[in-house]
Amino acid sequence: MSTRINVTVNGLQYSHMVEPRLLLVNYLRDVLRLTGTHVGCDTSSCGACTIHVNGKATKCCTLLAVQADGCEITTIEGLSHNGELHPLQEGFNECHGLQCGFCTPGMIMMAADLLQHNPQPTEESIRHALEGNFCRCTGYQNIVKSVQYAAEKMKMSEAVH
Amino acid sequence: MSTNGLIGRSVKRVEDKRFTTGHGNYTDDIILPQQTYAVFVRSQYAHARIVRVDTSVARAMPGVIAIFTGADLANVNGVPCGWQVNFKNGDTMKEPKHPLLVADKARHVGDAIAIVIAESKDQATDAAEAVEVELEELPCVVDAYKAVQPGAALVHDDVPNNKSFDWALGNPLEEVKEAMDKATHVTTLEFVNQRLVPNAIEPRSYNSSYDPVSEKYTLYTSSQNPHLIRLLMCAFVLGIPEHKVRVVSPDVGGGFGSKIFHYTEEALLTWCSKQLNRPVKWTSERSESFLLDAHGRDHVTKAEMGFDEEGKIVALRVKTYANLGAYLSTFSSCIPTYLHGTLLQGLYTTPKINVDVTAVFTNTTPVDAYRGAGRPEATYLLERLIDLAALEMDVDPADLRFRNFIPPFDGVQQPGYQTQVALQYDSGNYEGVLKKGLEMVNYPEVRRAQQEAAHNGKLVGIGFSTYIEACGIAPSAVVGSLGCRAGLFEVGQVRVQPTGKVSVYTGSHSHGQGHETTFAQIVADKLGINLTDVEVVHGDSDSVAFGMGTYGSRSLAVGGSAIMKSIEKIIEKGKKIAAHKLEASADDIEFASGKFTVKGTDRSIGFGEIALTAYVPHVYPKDLEPGLDFSSFYDPANFTYPFGCHIAVVEVDKETGKVSLKRFVAVDDVGNVINPMIVEGQIHGGVVQGIGQALFEGAEYDENGQLTNGSYMDYCMPRADDLPMFETASQVTPCPHNPLGVKGAGEAGTIGSAPAIVNAVIDALWSGGHKVKDIRMPLTSERVWRAMNELIS
Amino acid sequence: MIPVAFDYEKVKTVEEAIAALSGDDLKILAGGHSLIPAMKLRLSRPGKLIDIGGITALKDIKEEDGEIVIGAGATHADIMYHNLIRTHLPFFTEGAATIGDMQVRNWGTIGGSLAHADPAADWPAMVLAADATIEMQGVKGRRNIKATEFFTGLFATVLEPNELITAVRIAIPPDGTKSTYQKFAQPASRFALAACAVMRFPDGRTNIAFTGVGDHAFRDTGAEQAISGKAIDDASVEAAMLAALQNVDVMSDHYASEPYRRHLSKVYLKKALMAVKS
Repeated sequence: MSTRINVTVNGLQYSHMVEPRLLLVNYLRDVLRLTGTHVGCDTSSCGACTIHVNGKATKCCTLLAVQADGCEITTIEGLSHNGELHPLQEGFNECHGLQCGFCTPGMIMMAADLLQHNPQPTEESIRHALEGNFCRCTGYQNIVKSVQYAAEKMKMSEAVH
Repeated sequence: MSTNGLIGRSVKRVEDKRFTTGHGNYTDDIILPQQTYAVFVRSQYAHARIVRVDTSVARAMPGVIAIFTGADLANVNGVPCGWQVNFKNGDTMKEPKHPLLVADKARHVGDAIAIVIAESKDQATDAAEAVEVELEELPCVVDAYKAVQPGAALVHDDVPNNKSFDWALGNPLEEVKEAMDKATHVTTLEFVNQRLVPNAIEPRSYNSSYDPVSEKYTLYTSSQNPHLIRLLMCAFVLGIPEHKVRVVSPDVGGGFGSKIFHYTEEALLTWCSKQLNRPVKWTSERSESFLLDAHGRDHVTKAEMGFDEEGKIVALRVKTYANLGAYLSTFSSCIPTYLHGTLLQGLYTTPKINVDVTAVFTNTTPVDAYRGAGRPEATYLLERLIDLAALEMDVDPADLRFRNFIPPFDGVQQPGYQTQVALQYDSGNYEGVLKKGLEMVNYPEVRRAQQEAAHNGKLVGIGFSTYIEACGIAPSAVVGSLGCRAGLFEVGQVRVQPTGKVSVYTGSHSHGQGHETTFAQIVADKLGINLTDVEVVHGDSDSVAFGMGTYGSRSLAVGGSAIMKSIEKIIEKGKKIAAHKLEASADDIEFASGKFTVKGTDRSIGFGEIALTAYVPHVYPKDLEPGLDFSSFYDPANFTYPFGCHIAVVEVDKETGKVSLKRFVAVDDVGNVINPMIVEGQIHGGVVQGIGQALFEGAEYDENGQLTNGSYMDYCMPRADDLPMFETASQVTPCPHNPLGVKGAGEAGTIGSAPAIVNAVIDALWSGGHKVKDIRMPLTSERVWRAMNELIS
Repeated sequence: MIPVAFDYEKVKTVEEAIAALSGDDLKILAGGHSLIPAMKLRLSRPGKLIDIGGITALKDIKEEDGEIVIGAGATHADIMYHNLIRTHLPFFTEGAATIGDMQVRNWGTIGGSLAHADPAADWPAMVLAADATIEMQGVKGRRNIKATEFFTGLFATVLEPNELITAVRIAIPPDGTKSTYQKFAQPASRFALAACAVMRFPDGRTNIAFTGVGDHAFRDTGAEQAISGKAIDDASVEAAMLAALQNVDVMSDHYASEPYRRHLSKVYLKKALMAVKS
């Protein structure tokens, strides 16, 4: 029994018939072919699949596509605008916040959620916010610095505007 | 040679943008036309006879294309082991078949019984569930020591006592015994270096296709070494012509050793793709990764270290039982032997060393190289012993090390250091890293704070680890004489395009190490061109001539050196072209800052013009071939030997046993550094894997061979909020035998860190009067609490 | 990780949900953060899911007749960020921040957590210590039950198969009430290895609840009697620790054996009592 869903992903509207058991992450990856969102585990632990659903960081391996009907979704592919990188995307490059890159999209999407709630986070609050995102390469230190870089950059651009 | 200052600079990585914007291309991202999907039927038991497999119901289910079982593969070889180790008596190691699908019995939980291929993954999953498998559970063995005892169940019916081999290295046992007898103090430790699950965040993934017209296969694989996979799969498993197989490792999401090996699924999918004439894809679930990706470590060891009255080490004796799991994985046999026993000299002048290793089959996941591979086990052994000896003898642990360090040597003026365990260290300044570490941590202040804490009823401890590793793996002739079934050289091709832009093809494979930046830095620096004018290509057997891949901290020392050889050839040829154009002798041309100049004149030609001339050879030396494109094979003269000093400061909660890591200082000497930012990143990540082993991680099997913590809900991965900011520094002692003077940084962090943490916890407990010798890793709160409360750990 | 195929119905109101619930082999889908992982592993194989995620009325957090009413569909994050909660039930704010991780808190709901009744979940201890009432609705109508009566065993509650939790109601504590949630997390899952929730009223009455300790969360009446009405000092805390966990079957697992978990629980009781000491 397929069900119709209507979703907005990265500003574009989509309408598809989907099986209820289709996970949102597989809808994004296999149907829309937005493969920046990754699957790293099967227990909602690793956070590689983190996206924003209605503005909230979400592990989309633990959501059915049908649950997202009517929702606004942002994936890593939708984070930069008009070719301009998001300060987090810039920060991860500046501070060497990634190595293999597999956890990076989820890490950035989680950090983006944090910076919306808390534009000037402490080191401790960054580490706490990223507790649901595993990285096996970096030891997290440069990820924390990348988020700090982005927070600083966003504060500065706020001051300019 | 010319330099534009790119070498040694923290250049930002050129590969980052595709990852930060979601445009990486990992194997599971690839969907091919006519794609099919595979799901496996696996054994739920650790050891079981396969009584019956009935696929009839599953075959009739929607979307099912094919189901194969072990019976269908009776004539197909298993995956090979790449390193032959002989028994002490000269007999060849026991190397039972590791079949692509098991037909007779399953030997560990997760052993593959059938593969189900369908139009969609949903359909394959549903059908796999419908395959009826009747298993007769057999008694199993899990623990390496127990597995060699008389009467233990046999993993392979034709391997007596479950022994793959036994092996020894070093001075004759009698000499070691004699020296030990003369020691005034002997520290003895029996311990476990526990089994770890590598846990690259990208699960393994393969997608294989076959084109019946060209008779060519293409395998996309999440591998650290695509060419090696092609070689092993073509030559040893499937018997298919190598030139008809293209193996591609696209972006790979971390490996840490676990993606070196040739896994059964790679060969099986390739075999299936020809049977079906359609591409077949399989991506491991995380729960499968826990059961199938080769694990690391798992040693049970007894070690004795003897000291004279001045605190000099006089002898070391080691007996280890190494658990290899159910089958010999690709490099499994060399890990507890040539990458472990050979490192037991450590940084010390120990005159007599003997190591004895028994390698054992059990009904568990195969064990192989995991970041550090053998060297963390050796370092843990030495560094735990020396810190414990310091406590027992009431000597300062830093001081005890200073008394025993091999004196500094650069490998040029002073010769390399010949160890008692077969290696010759290249260059080292071991006291230098410890001195620097002590300064950074402010040692007297930490000791003062420790006393104050003890006075206030708190437990603070400091632990040391001064490590050495052998990497830059490895001289082919040496490893060949030790049983390696492959050469361990590397290939580097530098192709200068007519416009002066450069494509570099390397046999190394980057799965996070940043080769696209580091290698480009070397080429741009040496040719005096812009970094953006260099592109590094890796991971595709159709583009890169050959390669041995990335592991053993070898990419820069071996792969980078191969590129250097090609750069030298390009400059040499460029000089000939320049000499012709400038009407001078090639001997009079010097190359610097991207220009070929006649010595002592201002007559010069830019690199770009030479490149164009090489491809438009109108005015050109008569005997010279056109083109500017060189490929080189580099076979290293020796291993490289990075070393360093790691210091941990911890606090132990008296009430709960919880360990808090307060500080971590790492001083690493990895030789010359091309990109300090990338090296530091490697150290951070490595250190956390060592901290993970010390405090959080460990595969736990029950007596039935079930992995009881095979998910992230139970296997504890280090997380961002478990860790402090690390304090790192570097010392540079160049490698004397490769053109870049580099040693390798990939594994250093992991090799050094775990013993520093454990030593710090033991030190903390001693400061509170709990004279505990050992706590089994990982140091969970309960284990520490029990150690403090003198319950059996 | 693909669930077994199932049917799906999204409902807009509680009434629609109740109507949809009159069938066999079905499960309610709230945030899904306990259910979907179990379905992916095929440990849970419902024939049909009733998605109540769209019932906006269930998401409300409000004050009503001297009570805080938390809709069952409120997420952990909704509760964590809500001012009413922060003002009257600060330990809910504190405790919610320790559940799972941020992404999980954005989807997991209090109703889902209570209905799932994981022995190591956080909400059960907090609602027990707050002496909450669980409001449920089913084909037979609406009923309220005290949290102390709600949990019956391992993953077991009094909830009927065709019944859903609609709200959690808590009498607004008098001024001067102190509360805390002290948790020792299992390092891998971050569920409670042992956790203690305490609510202490100005008159000295003290509610104490544990989670992660037994097969379900429970109020510890022995410890409550030892400390209620008494000043919190070394002696009374010691007495409470001694009195705690009588007749409790303490769990044992990979991360905590029975004696260690028992010890840890008492240490966390002590921490909690010290935290509410005035």
